[in-house]
Amino acid sequence: MSDRFEPVIIGFTCNWCSYRAADLAGTSRIKYPPNVRLIRLMCTGRLDPTFVLKAFSEGADGVLIAGCHPGECHYLEQNYKALRRYQLMTRTLAQFGIVPERLRLTWASAAEGARFAEEIATMVEEVRQVGPLNWPTRPVPRVEQASGGAA
Amino acid sequence: MSKPKFAMYWASACGGCEIAVLNIDEKILDLDANFEVAFWPAAMDVKYKEVEAMDDESILVTLFNGSIRTDENEHMAHLLRRKSKLLVAFGSCANEGCIPGLANLSPREGIFECAYTSPSTENPDHLRPRSAWQAPEGTLTLTPLQSVVRTLDQVVEVDYHVPGCPPESHQIAAVLDVLIAVVKGEAELPPKGAVLGAGDSTVCDECTRKRDIKRISKLSRIQELPMLNTEDCLLEQGLMCSGPATRSGCNSRCPNVGAPCIGCYGAAPGVLDQGARLMTAIASVVDEKEPAAIDKVLDGLPDPAGTFYRFSLAHSLLRANRAALAEKP
Amino acid sequence: MEKVEGYVGNYTVTIKKKPRYVDEDVCTGCGICVEKCPVLVVDDKFEAGIGYRKAIYWPFAQAVPNLPVLDPDTCTYYIGGKGGCKACEKFCPTVPNSILFDQKEQRVTLNVGNIILATGWDLFDARRIPQYGYGRLANVFTNLELERMCNAAGPTGGKVVLRDGQTAPRTVAIVHCVGSRDRNYNRHCSAICCMQSLKTAHLVKERTGAEVYNFYIDIRTPGKEYDEFYQRVLDDGVHFVRGKVAEVTDIPFDPAEASRNEAGTLYVQVEDTLAGLQRRIPVDMVVLSAGLEPRRDSAAVGKTFGIACSTSGWFIEKHAKMDPIATMTEGVFVAGCAGGPKDIPASVSQGAAAAARVLNYIRQGELALEPVRASVLEEQCSGCRICNGLCPFNAISFVEERKVTEINAALCQGCGTCVAACPAGAIQGSGFSNEQVMAQIEGLLRNFAREPEVV
Repeated sequence: MSDRFEPVIIGFTCNWCSYRAADLAGTSRIKYPPNVRLIRLMCTGRLDPTFVLKAFSEGADGVLIAGCHPGECHYLEQNYKALRRYQLMTRTLAQFGIVPERLRLTWASAAEGARFAEEIATMVEEVRQVGPLNWPTRPVPRVEQASGGAA
Repeated sequence: MSKPKFAMYWASACGGCEIAVLNIDEKILDLDANFEVAFWPAAMDVKYKEVEAMDDESILVTLFNGSIRTDENEHMAHLLRRKSKLLVAFGSCANEGCIPGLANLSPREGIFECAYTSPSTENPDHLRPRSAWQAPEGTLTLTPLQSVVRTLDQVVEVDYHVPGCPPESHQIAAVLDVLIAVVKGEAELPPKGAVLGAGDSTVCDECTRKRDIKRISKLSRIQELPMLNTEDCLLEQGLMCSGPATRSGCNSRCPNVGAPCIGCYGAAPGVLDQGARLMTAIASVVDEKEPAAIDKVLDGLPDPAGTFYRFSLAHSLLRANRAALAEKP
Repeated sequence: MEKVEGYVGNYTVTIKKKPRYVDEDVCTGCGICVEKCPVLVVDDKFEAGIGYRKAIYWPFAQAVPNLPVLDPDTCTYYIGGKGGCKACEKFCPTVPNSILFDQKEQRVTLNVGNIILATGWDLFDARRIPQYGYGRLANVFTNLELERMCNAAGPTGGKVVLRDGQTAPRTVAIVHCVGSRDRNYNRHCSAICCMQSLKTAHLVKERTGAEVYNFYIDIRTPGKEYDEFYQRVLDDGVHFVRGKVAEVTDIPFDPAEASRNEAGTLYVQVEDTLAGLQRRIPVDMVVLSAGLEPRRDSAAVGKTFGIACSTSGWFIEKHAKMDPIATMTEGVFVAGCAGGPKDIPASVSQGAAAAARVLNYIRQGELALEPVRASVLEEQCSGCRICNGLCPFNAISFVEERKVTEINAALCQGCGTCVAACPAGAIQGSGFSNEQVMAQIEGLLRNFAREPEVV
């Protein structure tokens, strides 16, 4: 293992496009960095900002959201809802000190295995540049520890 | 037989919770009739030393309001936890950080900078608080500020939660009635961890305004809007209202009189992160498809984190700004 | 089709029925009115603009019902402000008279359980490629015009002739891929044009003995006995030139070329990519194999039924490989070219498959749904109505009396957008619940060392 920082990225993919694009990349023997761990949703419209916050708070260095191209959503227009949530999340996360590079929204059709792999590689490189996020776990109390009988 | 002991403590908070308890009118007499007030700095003079001298678990119930911002707050949280059978996180600060928790969006230095150096402060000598100062009479100490605000349950185990900023008087009265019934042996204690004095839905459930399908094409602050009409949903009128994602129980006091809900009762039951719920709800109903147009609508929310997490920041999934969390406590 | 409401098993569709001006209950279809009608109109629909019809006419042979239709835009009675002519009414032998000049547009409401979308395709308008000269050069035809010409019941009685209606061509050029496989117009392959062009070549050769040139990019003849037919056309002596035609013109290159050919000769300029040289072939007739395009109103039609169109405009099926008949709206199926270019056997198969799927539903009487659905926890729903406008399938409705939102499981397609949007956390999504996704996130991040925060 080199000392190079290997970011951990959680990717939320749509069942109908990006999940299949990742599959296609695999069956086409296209390599992409193993830093991304994918979670399948039925649609990027299912993406609850809570999932993104959870991923960051549990140690992810980046979160990737990948859906169908605008106008090609399997559910007509739900990817636009993902787009709006993404834009609002980016603004909110900035106030928490999470730079935009860490949250990426991309469109990838089921046929775009190679492009999706490239997109992942680009994101891994960008997150590598901004460094580890390493969100602190719950702080340990520093005044006296509770001793004895808490009910 | 001696009456069971009651305590109430005020950590980092504004004092509104104390006022709210006194605001329950003659119900306060029931409290006095059924409990012996062992410790309540806002109402009577008892020293910390006297609390320390009490037997562990000798207080039946302590209403703890305020967040954990200082070493003193944390010390008292541990102390009262030890001395109380039932510890109740009372009010928004103790439950989710409330307004003091918003300070978590900046590191400690940023807070001092804002409080002691910003143009709103007249402080030509650039004075800053110090934790110890040598006065002629001896050393004066000031409890140090911790890096981030924490909620009571992030510090000690909590038995019950009473939300609200402050909790509504009729809800406090109802909670007291439950406690008194338990003392009299007429009722069982609610299950540990229960939220008392609140509803199971969100503010909209109690709101009397007329609601329709939502499509937001512009968000404004209340002062930027002409007259609001008194019948329709405030969100539909372009005002950021936290009602949809805020726990019910207040009888929708603010929206019913034309002020948007700001979210003080916290998240709805089962919800992990109130801000995320508000964020997704608002973004979902923005009536635009082009990124630039969406941005234009979102520009109506100049402080999204402060708006969505106005009360729940310290208890949210991220809890604070990364830089604030990185500081030594 | 004006409006579609409801869900699988319970659709209510409102249809606008245009007036026929002929009483369907009385008319016997004898055709005397058509015979007596004095107005002759160019039929730009069924006859592709190369034949005529009357103002009252049969839409096409074997039309159902097989009764005439009156076209008020060309009928002298209507053109004259409702006066004159009325020959059809005068000669109609039925009692009462079948001609109803005052028939009005009607709204028909039907209750149906399933809907099959077989809206077909539109022909690429060859005028969009001006260098091919269609609409400007008389003897440039479309494949559809040739199709009518070759038909024994068509306007020329099956004779292949030039625009003058009598001269048989001696040389014919057939240009493939007009408006298809061309990034300027449509990227898709129209699938049927190769076979259609081969058929045209074969028929023209057979009927006129002309020299026939096919200009192609690739010859695509998959399918039963298709390639055998291609070999047969090759054996017929039809010429095949691989290359995309650059231009069709009637202007000779130089006086020498002009003197070699008759006036009115068309010149096809093409690079023969197999021989590696430029060719300029003089011909009497050019046939453009115009491609298939999605119906121009497909996006609006799709929206009515809650289904999406791809960027090229064809309806998106539930799954391109595993479920090419069903759509994302339960109870709505696509068949034929509405879902993409197809030949007749494939369209017939799809139609039969769609009908079988519908019969299946009808026979079952009940429906097994995909388990991925959203549902509302009513006691937690505050009736804020944030979710109400988010569902493209109209599965979400608001119950005014109880002030709560409901989700119709038959309409819900399980995308989960409302689940993610509910500010009260009152909508649950089966299959992809919050707990399930959260557990995945935790699982994926668990075995991953983090710097503990220590004092």
